[in-house]
Amino acid sequence: MSPADIHQQLVRQFGDKITGANVTALDPWVEVAPAAIVEVSTYLRDDPALLFDALNDLCAVDYFEPDAKKAAKFAHQPHIEVVYHLYSYTLKHHLKVKVKSPRWLNDQAGELPEIPTVSKVWLIADWHEREAYDLMGITFTNHPNLRRILCPEDWEGHALRKDYDFPLEYHGIRGQ
Amino acid sequence: MAITLEDPRVIEFDVRTDEMLVNMGPQHPSTHGVLRLLLRTDGEVIYEVTPHIGYLHRCAEKIGENLSTPQWIPYTDRMDYLAGMNMNLGLALAVEKLVGMEVPEKAMVLRVIIAELNRIASHLVGMGAYGLDLGSFSPFLYAFREREIILDLFEEACGARLTYSYITIGGLTHDVPASITIPSGLAALTRRSPNLKLSWLEALEMFLSWLEPRILEYHTLLTENAIFIKRTAAIGVLSREKAISYGCTGPVLRGSGVDHDLRRDGEKIYTRMYEGYNFEVPVAPFKKAPPEAILGDNWCRFYVRMMEVVQSIKLIRQGIQKYAKAEGTYRVPYKMTTKLPVAEAYLETECPRGQMGFYIVGNGEDKPLRARAKSSCFCNLSVTSELCQGCLIADIPAIVGSLDIVMGEIDR
Repeated sequence: MSPADIHQQLVRQFGDKITGANVTALDPWVEVAPAAIVEVSTYLRDDPALLFDALNDLCAVDYFEPDAKKAAKFAHQPHIEVVYHLYSYTLKHHLKVKVKSPRWLNDQAGELPEIPTVSKVWLIADWHEREAYDLMGITFTNHPNLRRILCPEDWEGHALRKDYDFPLEYHGIRGQ
Repeated sequence: MAITLEDPRVIEFDVRTDEMLVNMGPQHPSTHGVLRLLLRTDGEVIYEVTPHIGYLHRCAEKIGENLSTPQWIPYTDRMDYLAGMNMNLGLALAVEKLVGMEVPEKAMVLRVIIAELNRIASHLVGMGAYGLDLGSFSPFLYAFREREIILDLFEEACGARLTYSYITIGGLTHDVPASITIPSGLAALTRRSPNLKLSWLEALEMFLSWLEPRILEYHTLLTENAIFIKRTAAIGVLSREKAISYGCTGPVLRGSGVDHDLRRDGEKIYTRMYEGYNFEVPVAPFKKAPPEAILGDNWCRFYVRMMEVVQSIKLIRQGIQKYAKAEGTYRVPYKMTTKLPVAEAYLETECPRGQMGFYIVGNGEDKPLRARAKSSCFCNLSVTSELCQGCLIADIPAIVGSLDIVMGEIDR
């Protein structure tokens, strides 16, 4: 199925829960409202015309420019995106799904944004979401085991955020 | 794994002892690096396995955001350090996809030769170390003897033995040398004069004809060995559905019977490298499997790797033929400061351990906004807790070894 057809089918099924798309990009993508991601993913996995049985990658991107001088030229509004790369082994087609979220919950710096987990839909999402939580600071709601996976449990901050402050000290080990 | 009444392990359930927590690693020799497995056991039987990773975490993705993409290539070497060439290739192709770059034919042929040669080296380590996990010492020594020659050849081609940075954006850093002195290891094994001069490709061909008959010996040593079959067959069975849902790729996926190889089924920019080559994708179940083996067990995963070595030899031979006629140069220039477009590209390539993905988000600058490396071993390892439930402690090295993980790639 072509990306444009997939987009059409999703719009027919979910209406305004599909908040955007670019079907002519290098990797065509569809944007989904955060609250609907579980519903849409389950449909993407189970619908006989789509059958996206594999989640190749789940990662988060921080669209933010901490340098005030460069921020004026920055092409995007500050936000965080979670990107799901899907593949169907049966029908051999790809799709990229994006979910946009504000950088902080209720614009309170330090409050992590929330996105529902898809770990019930694709089992591998469990570890990928733990990594996204660890490095980007996104709370995946209803996740069975949302702990840090790569950094130690007492680590502070989320390293892949653009405004991350590098620690000067960790348990007596000096940083920069 | 289902436990039947005839199974001697049932006795463990009758005599319920206290549950015990056992730490395996991070310095345990059979965990292939710094992996810590926390086992909850009842006697010898495993209830639960929790892998703890991150001991090698360097946040390579953050480093990648602060460097231009060609500068990030040396860091990809350090991800899967047993297959550095394949890591370089993955990043190079992802960036080429993003900027819309075409690589000349000669560079593509060389990339196939180099990537497949590294696949052989990587599978040799996988095979040798797996034998070592299961208590068979000799295959390890043979595997490293063979790998040594491959590393010598890589050293002649690019100067490095482990962290190559040889494949780069636009092609390769050098052409393969037209004349070298035969590597001393190869001269000793093939009984040639140590002063023999030949071209790099001739030395490679000489090595391949020496390696090919040795594979039968490995089968005698491991694959057909009764003890090896007892330790691997019908243990750690991973179903096709679970393999897909857990995102397993590479030999782990093919060992569970999914016929999928990105060299054949991948994206155009990657598969066109392999166009015109004749090769097969080994997928379980196998005709030669011992009667005890089940689809998706340790034995199948191991055997897929062994068969891939044969296919890689075949691919390299065809590459050597094509090299003589290939047009173009080994590299088109790509400047260190080339600005990336405001776009994003994700590309997966078939590395020895599975599908390694690179996701580059450009932002009109030379440094990417986001440089993501999706690790195949990370997904393959996440299946451990599923596989190890109900098995014995002694089976854990056999199961983890059959996944063939490299911690450098998992932790990045």
